[in-house]
Amino acid sequence: MNLFGVSSELRPVVEDLNRRFEGRFDALVTPRLNEVYFHAAMDLVPGFCAHLCRKWKARLMTVFADDARAGHGVFHLYYALVLDDLHGLLVLRVPVSPETPEFAALTNAIPAVNWQEREIQDWFGLKLIGHPNPRRCALHDDWPAVHPLRKDFNLDTVLPPFQGERHKFRPVEGEGVFQVPVGPVHAGIIEPGHFLFSVAGEPVLYLQLRLFYVHKGTEKLFERLPIPHGVRLAESISGDSSFAHATAFCHAIERAAGAQAPQRARMLRSVCLELERLYNHVADVGAICTDVAFVTANMHAMRLKEQILRVNEHLTGNRLLRGMACLGGVRFDWDADQIKRLNGLVNDLRPEFDSLVQLVEGSSSTLDRLDTTGILKPEVARDLGVVGIAGRASGFAHDLRRDLPHAAYDQVRIRVPVHQVGDVRHRLQVRVDEVRESLALIQTFIAKLPGGPLRIEIGEVPPDRVAFGYVEGWRGEIFHWIRTAPNNRLARCRVKDPSLQNWPALSEAVLDNIVPDFPVINKSFNLSYSGTDR
Amino acid sequence: MPGILTKSLSTGIVTTRYPDTPAHASPHTRGRPEIDWPKWNDARSAAAVCPTAAIACNDAAQTRTVTFDLAKCVFCGLCADTDKAIRMSNVCECAARHRNRLVATAQYGLNEDGTHRQLIAGPDAATAMHDAVSSATRNDSIESLGRQIQSRAARLFGRSLHIREVDAGSCNGCEIEIVGLTSPVYDIERFGIHFVASPRHADMLLVTGPVTRNMELALKKTYDATPEPRLVVAVGACGCSGGIFGVNYATRGAVDTVIPVDVYIPGCPPNPQALLHGILMAIERTA
Ligand code: SF4
Repeated sequence: MNLFGVSSELRPVVEDLNRRFEGRFDALVTPRLNEVYFHAAMDLVPGFCAHLCRKWKARLMTVFADDARAGHGVFHLYYALVLDDLHGLLVLRVPVSPETPEFAALTNAIPAVNWQEREIQDWFGLKLIGHPNPRRCALHDDWPAVHPLRKDFNLDTVLPPFQGERHKFRPVEGEGVFQVPVGPVHAGIIEPGHFLFSVAGEPVLYLQLRLFYVHKGTEKLFERLPIPHGVRLAESISGDSSFAHATAFCHAIERAAGAQAPQRARMLRSVCLELERLYNHVADVGAICTDVAFVTANMHAMRLKEQILRVNEHLTGNRLLRGMACLGGVRFDWDADQIKRLNGLVNDLRPEFDSLVQLVEGSSSTLDRLDTTGILKPEVARDLGVVGIAGRASGFAHDLRRDLPHAAYDQVRIRVPVHQVGDVRHRLQVRVDEVRESLALIQTFIAKLPGGPLRIEIGEVPPDRVAFGYVEGWRGEIFHWIRTAPNNRLARCRVKDPSLQNWPALSEAVLDNIVPDFPVINKSFNLSYSGTDR
Repeated sequence: MPGILTKSLSTGIVTTRYPDTPAHASPHTRGRPEIDWPKWNDARSAAAVCPTAAIACNDAAQTRTVTFDLAKCVFCGLCADTDKAIRMSNVCECAARHRNRLVATAQYGLNEDGTHRQLIAGPDAATAMHDAVSSATRNDSIESLGRQIQSRAARLFGRSLHIREVDAGSCNGCEIEIVGLTSPVYDIERFGIHFVASPRHADMLLVTGPVTRNMELALKKTYDATPEPRLVVAVGACGCSGGIFGVNYATRGAVDTVIPVDVYIPGCPPNPQALLHGILMAIERTA
């Protein structure tokens, strides 16, 4: 095997895999130093993943399919593993023949891919073999037998309106057990989804989630738009992570084109990512307090959030940082006055935020409700592959800003807060730690801001290139995988929002808690419905 | 407890105090695009970069019909980057009572190379669009908008206005700004406007999204559960027109394809002041 083009850190792993699975790889493709593809047959999947996870501490970050029947006569399944310590991605690609459209489930060995495997079944019509719960996930039960991400399914297909049943929930029975259905339209100003609680008295015995109410055909739509328009669509995957998703998308395209955004742009991207983290974390600190009836703290948090949104607007023309991202860099430069506003914000926020935290920590009735509530045990978090804030609160120390540096994060030292307790209090604590870190990071970036161009031209990207783009958003890691098509379009865009990974953990965290604590537990995860449903 | 009090006292009042102080705006804000129709000599480049087809050209023989649909616009400013005839204003309050008032159409005669020779007709509705923005309450402050809502709501609904927010498929961007209305900075409750948990308590539905296939029924049921007189306000580019998602296998597009809409609030997302402006317009209609 030719190891040319593999990063020095990944090289020993690739050599080890070659020895271990000698002769079983059809090809090894290394489009980038830290992104290596192995092509093999499907029976290699369990062994390959298990070996990497055990020996090299890899984690299976996403599983997805691609309809490659036109070029290769088969569907492809991709199993992408991150090696955090070695700063790289290893991807196993296996074919699925259209004659026997089936694949073996990996969920029993790696529960973290439960929902993703079912998504493949729904969207590509590839039957899951041996899955513990092979029911529909991404398409509701009433949907006709369509497989939207197959190439022969037209985006514009008109489906009949809803009728019948959305989801057959698992029965939960026993003396005194009853069901509490909630949603899809919730009481607050939040996104839609359906929760079915099975309770005995106060404690929750079992929570079943029915999501994908806001499925908008996003991954399919990416295949129609010219690549530059995809940036705007990426901004609308999850509004609270507009900049992170758009940047992950741009990153993927830039990697496919073999280009890199200029230094100044990478710094500005990092600042915007931190601003996005700031306004969301500050808002969440307040919202968590609201859910345990400490409204005053939320009022202060909302006031701070508004200050941040106004600075966002001053810097990028939009309060949610929309319109700032573009291929090859960023769109708007900042003059002295804008930088002054940004510095002013950081200086104001530091004492303001400290005082907010003091307020929360000084309220014993609030802490009482947060401590030991909604515990997600580290072992469970690891099994479910929980990422982001929720992962770090349960002992899972991953942060792509450090592990797969992007934007300008290779130029700073990132401290990753990790806690082991995994309750609401510690998910709050991760946010508190990260807000302080973000404020420091913004100042560092501004102090280091180099001159030079804002963007480089990304011309038409040649067809049939594949690439991962990644960003550590405020909620957790975001991945976009693309395969290019002729005429500057995409043949496939896989979007992995951290929410998709973390929802099943919510069901675990609420067990044995009382129903009235559900809102605050849910808020402490604060997952995106739109990011999940796409 | 003393900590809470001291903090509240030392923070003071943060709620906007228009008209005593000027409205919040940044010179960098991107509001609705302004098109110089008579001087526009080629709409094709703007149409090509527009991600939502808010600007669209349709050529027939020697003429070109150009439409600009504010309901689809996400205020990205890409058109203004490529075309000097377009300028991004910082006007964000663009609500309208009729969908067609957000659409301007013009016809141009064409040169050989496809550039515009002259403006033949229109822009239709563009002037109307300006009316909708300027004559209503565009220059009004939050404070006076709020007072007007309060007095009209008093006439219409007795005392106050109750709003049920329905996310019928949005990306949650609009929700961020709607939640912002309840912050101490905008403090919508001081005008007697409340967000309520049940449609049965609501006078108005504030609907975001492109309506997804999976939310269509829930939206209809919510609408049916709202007692009359009821108002529906479609929020954001997606709610007004389907936005970048449009209509596809999973979405039905604009809110008005599913339930009747009284007012459209463009923007991506509309900011809190734009939201208040639209809410006021909805009450005005029936009062
Ligand atoms: S500002 Fe509006 S009209 Fe102009 S390109 Fe963006 S979406 Fe299209």
